This record gives sequence, C-alpha cells and structure tokens, in this order.
Amino acid sequence: MMNPLFWLQAISLAFSQIWANKSRAFLTALGIIVGVASTTAVIAALTGLKAKVLDEFESVGASKFFVFPDRPDNAPRNMYPWEKILIKTAEVEAIRDECTLVKAVTPITEVGLDVESGDKRIEGITISGIWPEWHDVQNRFVQEGRPFSSIDVESERQVCLINADAIVELDLPSNPVGVAILIGGRRFMIVGVVETTQARFFGMNTSSAEIFIPFSVAEKMQDRNFFMRVEGLFVSPETAVEGEDEVRFVLRRMRGLGPGEPQTFQVAAIDKFIEQFKALAAGITAIAGGIVGISLLVGGIGIMNIMLVSVSERTREIGLRKAVGATPMAILLQFLLEAVTLCLVGGFVGIAFGRLAAFGLTKIPGAQLDQADIPFWAVALSFVFSAVTGVVFGMFPAIKASRLDPIEALRHE
Amino acid sequence: MLRQGRRMGDERPGPAVNPAARVVEPLPLIDVRALEKIYRVGVETIHALRGLDLTIGRNEMVAIMGSSGSGKSTLMNMLGCLDRPTSGVYLLNGRDVSRMGAKELAQVRNEEIGFVFQSFELLPRQTALENVELPLIYAQGGWRGRRQRALAALDRVGLADRVHHRPNQLSGGQRQRVAIARAILNRPSILLADEPTGNLDSATTIEILALFRQIHTEGQTVIIVTHEDEVAAHCQRVVRLRDGRVLSDVPVAEDIAGRHLDMIAARGTAS
Ligand SMILES: Nc1ncnc2c1ncn2[C@@H]1O[C@H](COP(=O)(O)OP(=O)(O)OP(=O)(O)O)[C@@H](O)[C@H]1O
Ligand SMILES: [Mg+2]
Repeated sequence: MMNPLFWLQAISLAFSQIWANKSRAFLTALGIIVGVASTTAVIAALTGLKAKVLDEFESVGASKFFVFPDRPDNAPRNMYPWEKILIKTAEVEAIRDECTLVKAVTPITEVGLDVESGDKRIEGITISGIWPEWHDVQNRFVQEGRPFSSIDVESERQVCLINADAIVELDLPSNPVGVAILIGGRRFMIVGVVETTQARFFGMNTSSAEIFIPFSVAEKMQDRNFFMRVEGLFVSPETAVEGEDEVRFVLRRMRGLGPGEPQTFQVAAIDKFIEQFKALAAGITAIAGGIVGISLLVGGIGIMNIMLVSVSERTREIGLRKAVGATPMAILLQFLLEAVTLCLVGGFVGIAFGRLAAFGLTKIPGAQLDQADIPFWAVALSFVFSAVTGVVFGMFPAIKASRLDPIEALRHE
Repeated sequence: MLRQGRRMGDERPGPAVNPAARVVEPLPLIDVRALEKIYRVGVETIHALRGLDLTIGRNEMVAIMGSSGSGKSTLMNMLGCLDRPTSGVYLLNGRDVSRMGAKELAQVRNEEIGFVFQSFELLPRQTALENVELPLIYAQGGWRGRRQRALAALDRVGLADRVHHRPNQLSGGQRQRVAIARAILNRPSILLADEPTGNLDSATTIEILALFRQIHTEGQTVIIVTHEDEVAAHCQRVVRLRDGRVLSDVPVAEDIAGRHLDMIAARGTAS
C-alpha cells in the first residue's frame, strides 16, 4: 500500500520529532517511563524472590511435610484450648509406626538454656530435642562421632550433638566427641558433630550455634504442655497427597475425631507451600500489572495531548503533504507511528530504569533478592503495552490530522 | 460544447470508437465547465466562482489575472485538486476529478499536479533534497532512483550546489526554486503556481519566470496566477477573471500585458 520510502521517512520523522522536542517528549513519556520502570522493578524483585524461595524449598526437599496444631476456623477459643490441640509424642509415634508412606518423622521441641564448657558460658542457646530420624528428615548427618542410638533415647542418656559453630563458640577442641558440657546445669556428653546446613530457611537457623539432645531427654526438661514441631519425609514427592491423607487419618483416630468433627491439626506438604507461594507471587504480579495499566492510561492521555498539540502545530505541514499527494491514510499512519514511537521510546527508557532498579535490588544486603532479574516476557509485554498505548491514544489525534482539509490546513497560520 | 459527445475515448489507446474522430479535436488537458464555489461563513454565502468555463490544452503557458477577490486562488485550488467545487464539472485528462474521493484526489495530486505556492511551503527542518523528494514518499510506485530524480530536478532549477541546505539557509528565490523542483519532480500534467513571485523582488522574479519558461519549453503545461502584467507577459495566453467568471481569455499579444513583450524581448529571454 504505502511504499517503503514512506515507512522509512515516517520512522525517521517520528524519531526526529522526538529529538527536536526532547524535553517535551520526555515529560510526555514520563507516565509511561515511570509505569514501565516501576512494574519491571517489581516483577524483577518478585522473580528474584520466587527463584530464591523455590531454591529453598527445593533444598528442603519436595517430599517433606509438617504437622502442627491448628484451631478449626470459626471455632470458639475455649472449645479448643492449646493444651488440648498440641501434638503429643504418642501421636508422632503413631505416625512413625502406622503410616506406610512416611519414610521418616521426628518431633522437634526447642528449649532455651545456658550452656557451659570450662570457663565458657553462653546464655540462652536453643537446644533441640530430636529423634534419631531427624537426620533423614533434615538431610543433615553426623560428620564426627555417631548419631543418637535407640539406647540413648530409651534410657534417656544425657548425650548431645553439636554443630561446628557451637564448637567455636564454646571453645571446644576441633573433635569434641567424648567431651562433656553443661546444659542447663546438667552434664551432657558430646557424641557427634552435625554437618552445617547448606541453604538456610528464611529467618530460621540464622543463629549459628546448634545443640541437639534426645527427644526423650528434652521432654523431661519441658513443662507438662509443651510445643513440638513435627517434620517428616514421605517416601516420594509423588505420594505426598496420599501420604497426607494417611497422616491425617492416623491423627484423627488418635484424637478420636468423628467423621463430622473439624480437624484440630494441619498436615502440610512442602509442595502445598510452593503452590501457595506461587499463587501469592502471581497475585502480586497481577497487581503490578494493574499498576502498569493505570500508569499507561495516565501516560496515554499525556501522549494524546501532546499528539494533538503536534497536529495543530504542524497543520501547514499536513496541508503541504496532502498537496503533494499524501492520502488520509498516509497522514494517519504517520501520526500513529509517531505516537507509537514515542511510547516505545518511553517503554524502552522505562525498562532501562527498571533494569537499573533490579540491579540495585540485587545489591541490597540481606534482602534475599540477589536473583532479581527482569524476565524476557516482562520486557516483551512492556513493549507490547507501550505500543498498544501509542495506537489507542494516538488514534484520535491521527484521525484528526488525516481528516484535515488540504486547503484549510495550508491556510492555517 | 460540441466537443463533449466525442470527448470520452478520444486520444486514448484501446477501444477507440472511430479513428477518424481523433483528428477533429484533441482532448483538452483541462476542461472546466460551469464551475461554482460557494463559501459559507456564518449566515453569509460567498460566491467565489459563479459558473466558470475554461479549457486549457497540453503544453500551454497561461496567466490567470484579475483583481483581488476575483476567485483566482479559488480556481487554482480547484485545478490543483486541493478543493472540490460546489457544482460544475472539472475534467482533467478526461477524468472527472470533481467527483473523486479524498484518496483518489491525493493520487491525482501526486501524479498529475505540481503546485507552487506564494509562500514556498517548504518543510523547515528538511534539506532542499529532502523537500524535493517529498512527493515520492506518497507515490504509488516508481520511487526507485529517487535520489537521482530529486538531484536532477534540483539541477534543472539550478540548485545543484545547494542540495543539503535547509530552507533557512537559502534566499527567497532559491526557496522558490526548491519548491518548483518539488513540483516538477513527478513530471506532472500541470504545473500550477499561485502568485509564485509575490514574495520576491523584481530581479528574482525575472529569474523565476525564466525558469518557468524553460520548464514550459521542455514540454510542461504551466498555469500562473499573477497580479503583474510583466509576469503575465511571459505567458502565451492571459485569462482575466472578474467576480468568479472569465472576463477575457486572449493570446498575450491581444492583452494589455502584451505591451511588456517588447521589454522581455529586449532582455533576450522571450521565446
Ligand atoms: N476559505 C474561505 N472562506 C470564505 N470565503 C473565502 C474563502 N476563500 C476565499 N474566499 C472568498 O472567495 C473570494 C475569492 O477569493 P480568492 O482567494 O479566490 O481571490 P483571489 O482572486 O485569489 O484574490 P487575491 O488576488 O487577493 O489572492 C473572495 O471573496 C474571498 O473572500
Ligand atoms: Mg489569491
């Protein structure tokens, strides 16, 4: 329809128009620049966060599950007091003994105690009471010495496992197996050293010194109604759903819950958290998309305004172009292309700023955003949205220009 | 009026009706009949053209004169397909342009019309060359070799050495030369000029007129609107308008403008 020369000059004219009115073009495109920049930055942060979280989940293990007490929704507080819904040791034992799809399960109970070794004294270290199965569940094994044995558990021996950081903090020899330390004033013998975690879970385990004692021992050191976490491992991630059902069944029976009665606990596999997190991330992305929509709307109105100004400024030029043979369509395309170019340049600058912001995010210490990155689809989408804004908001001014009467336009002052 | 019946088909290749009819009358390039243009400004109606008839043949050089407000520019805009008549017929090369749509008219303007304006109408940010190339952008095809064609056109108007100058770096006369180069680029059927020398001094006027004459000698049909008899004297035929009608339409020698012919001959530029 239009010859190649037309497109060539139309594009170069569009750019030279922007260049000739640099500051005006910048101010006009600001809405689009800010919108695209902020959205790409948010998406970059989300992408980084998602990558991070999924990595963490991955390292924790996809077939992992948790059991925790949970008050049924809308239930009166006094009907389900904490002590009634707390997980009991016998319940964890039932899960271990009866659930065929559970590979390993351990209760974990924590108590803060002072620890002494020689002259060294550290106050309030978290002491975790665990079962020997803990190593399988956590995928953390003993480097030196040995794990807890069934005898340790059954006869409630005062033995402990520690990690490398605890060795340093307590000034212990590098191989402390056989050394005795005081935990809460009681003598515990170190029987093994637990390897340090690879990836740390958000916020958790950030404190470095760790000391573990047999669960049966910890139980005695706690109050009567104490809180325990339950972590376990299914045979495989594929059987997670059935595994959850199994655990739920055993626990409901243990708690004597009838068919219609609400559940007083929760069983959650890691994949459910992943799902939830993904849903959350998608929600935030949608909100970011909404922001971009609004800012493009605002930006688009600016574009429309400036294009109307441009049309009226260049009325004589339009008249002349028509006089030498420009069809209404040629004029329309010319102005539309100009609006689209302006928007695309705005989008480009916006993405550049967004990239810069994303790069800045990766440098924030402790923000866990070192993987922040703008995915390709976000770049492509930004351009598409910018172009669409140009077409939509440039259409009215372009139509106005194309409909100008050549002779009227040439008479324009 | 007698010609009308035979006009269609005459001079055209293809299924010509009767070969003998060709000899009788050549098809005029421009054939305007009962042309009316009425402007409405508020409640007022202004009859700019009141039933104007005019026929112009190929390779004529015509001056259109008349007092201010007699409808010269209005007529030129009609002839240049920039505006449409309120009523009447305008046949350009046998085609009825008065009934054409905006798109078709644009194509006619691009291919058949070269328009030169009193105020040059160059694009200020573009070079002389780019200004001259402008019609090619909107051409339906044949845009290849545009550079050479634009350069040739600039050479024809004597501006081969000002190709990359912008309008504000050129004198008024040079600007009008650029405008003329632009107008003749697509080898139009008609070159229309509405007071092309109105903004120029007399020396430059003579140069520009010499250029028009040269273009005319090379085979171009030229129509110039002017107020000056001296300018009209360069043409072959003078059409005078009054109140939107043709007052007189005579060869230049029979018009008052003809008294300048000797002077032009004395300058050695008359043909
Ligand atoms: N756009 C317009 N709207 C209303 N009236 C117009 C318009 N253009 C021209 N006219 C009127 O039409 C008449 C003819 O105008 P035109 O411009 O054709 O005159 P002209 O012969 O070119 O005059 P000049 O020598 O001063 O250029 C004038 O009375 C003018 O006022
Ligand atoms: Mg006039």
